Amino acid sequence: MVRLDEVGLRYGGTRGGPEILRDISFSIGPGGFRWLLGRSGAGKTSLLRLLSLAARPTRGTLIVLGADIGLVPRRALPPLRRRIGMVFQDFRLLPHLTAFDNVALPLRLAGRPEGQITVDATEMLRWVGLADKTGAWPAELSGGEQQRVAIARAVAGRPSLLLADEPTGNLDEGQAERLMQLLAELNRLGTTVVVATHNDALVERHPARAMVLEHGRLVEDG
Amino acid sequence: MGKPSLRPRGFDDLGLRRVFGDRMLPLLVAAMAFLAALAGAGAMAAANLADHWREGAGSALTVQVPRPGGAAAAGPGTVEETRIDRITGILRGTPGIAETRALPESELNELLRPWLGRDAETASLPLPGVVAVRMAENGLDDSVLARLAAQLSAAAPGTTLEAHRPWVRRLSLLARSLQACAWAALGLVAAVAAAVIAVATRGGLALRREVIETVHGLGATDGYIACRFARRAAGLAVLGAVIGALAALPVLLGLANLATPFQTNGAVGSAPWLAALPPALWIGLPVLPLAAGLIGFATAQGTVRRWLRRLP
Repeated sequence: MVRLDEVGLRYGGTRGGPEILRDISFSIGPGGFRWLLGRSGAGKTSLLRLLSLAARPTRGTLIVLGADIGLVPRRALPPLRRRIGMVFQDFRLLPHLTAFDNVALPLRLAGRPEGQITVDATEMLRWVGLADKTGAWPAELSGGEQQRVAIARAVAGRPSLLLADEPTGNLDEGQAERLMQLLAELNRLGTTVVVATHNDALVERHPARAMVLEHGRLVEDG
Repeated sequence: MGKPSLRPRGFDDLGLRRVFGDRMLPLLVAAMAFLAALAGAGAMAAANLADHWREGAGSALTVQVPRPGGAAAAGPGTVEETRIDRITGILRGTPGIAETRALPESELNELLRPWLGRDAETASLPLPGVVAVRMAENGLDDSVLARLAAQLSAAAPGTTLEAHRPWVRRLSLLARSLQACAWAALGLVAAVAAAVIAVATRGGLALRREVIETVHGLGATDGYIACRFARRAAGLAVLGAVIGALAALPVLLGLANLATPFQTNGAVGSAPWLAALPPALWIGLPVLPLAAGLIGFATAQGTVRRWLRRLP
């Protein structure tokens, strides 16, 4: 599913600034769950950017969904991205689209028939408990509701890999717990999940294998 | 909350309607289309002028015969005739000449009236006889004309033959230069329109950067994103060009009506007002919005695709 060998990342290409990630090596099999831990600036978001194909490694080998990301042509990346779901701390919902259209967007990008999209997007919103908010604009939703729409969008295309970057950062404890239950349910259904957080209490309540980053290096994987 | 519905036609995934020049761009394109219509009309007018001169003056010769009524030198076995009759006879017998017409004295006086006033008829000036000649379609080349001039001079000494061809060449060159300038102006207008659309597209990209990055991260291809921008740019460009073409129409009709007397030998108002516009312009004006739409589509596609290359 995911494999990294001696991966390094430097923004601005090989001649760019300092190396943000250094000598990262690990692998996650299908259906795995990993916490990604570390202080702010440790490189968690950069590692998730690599895994979500928002950046390419400047050295080493990165295999995601069977593709060597350092070698595949640029045009081969969009279909791979459609198999990866991403949840952000700041939700990143499109403000000019309703909750329904936000969730439907990845399905439209995948070229699904509009009739099927209506069924699937509605079902996703029902799954996250927002069946009555399909026509709501993001600005009309609470933080927790926005995050649930973001989750519904991330999983609408039935991704093989789900990445979450501080998904509970803007949520209260109850909303965070509800979110973790959704992620755990997806994981049980076979989706590989990686969650970056520095919420130690959340990690203690949901024990799973964890990777710890420090200054761009992976110092613990277990 | 309302029930979700199927995506409406023209669904604005990227929210471009709010950020992509919905007022300024059509107005700027309208100004460009207006100028393009004038430049195109100028190019067509210059081409018509060149053709008119070539077909008219280019095929004309003027022969001046001093003392036209005097007796021509009698050849052996010939009847006595005037000098102008002799010249006219030679011209009529020359291959490549379609029409020969000796101008009557009244017409000569009419031609001189602007310079001599009404005294032209009474002044006892020794006016030459004038023969207007129209050459056949293929005309006569310069060497044949030189031989003809010598022949006429021998038949009636002092006779001169004036070909208008050198002037027509210069005037045609002038007309073609004007035409080239008009086409260059048209090209410049198209380039400026493309630049305006590119700037508007970059503005839209800057304002929608986060949205585009999110959609890109969700798996949108470059073509998908570029197509959204291109459709929007093309729509606005077509709208602007329609406005510009409609604004240019009364101006062109007015100019065409002013030019009508020069094309119909002074018959003012001989054609209906709308018919004064050449057919090519009736075709050219509707083509403007299509061309603007194509320029808008292609420019936005190129601009967005170049911009997207910075994303992995």
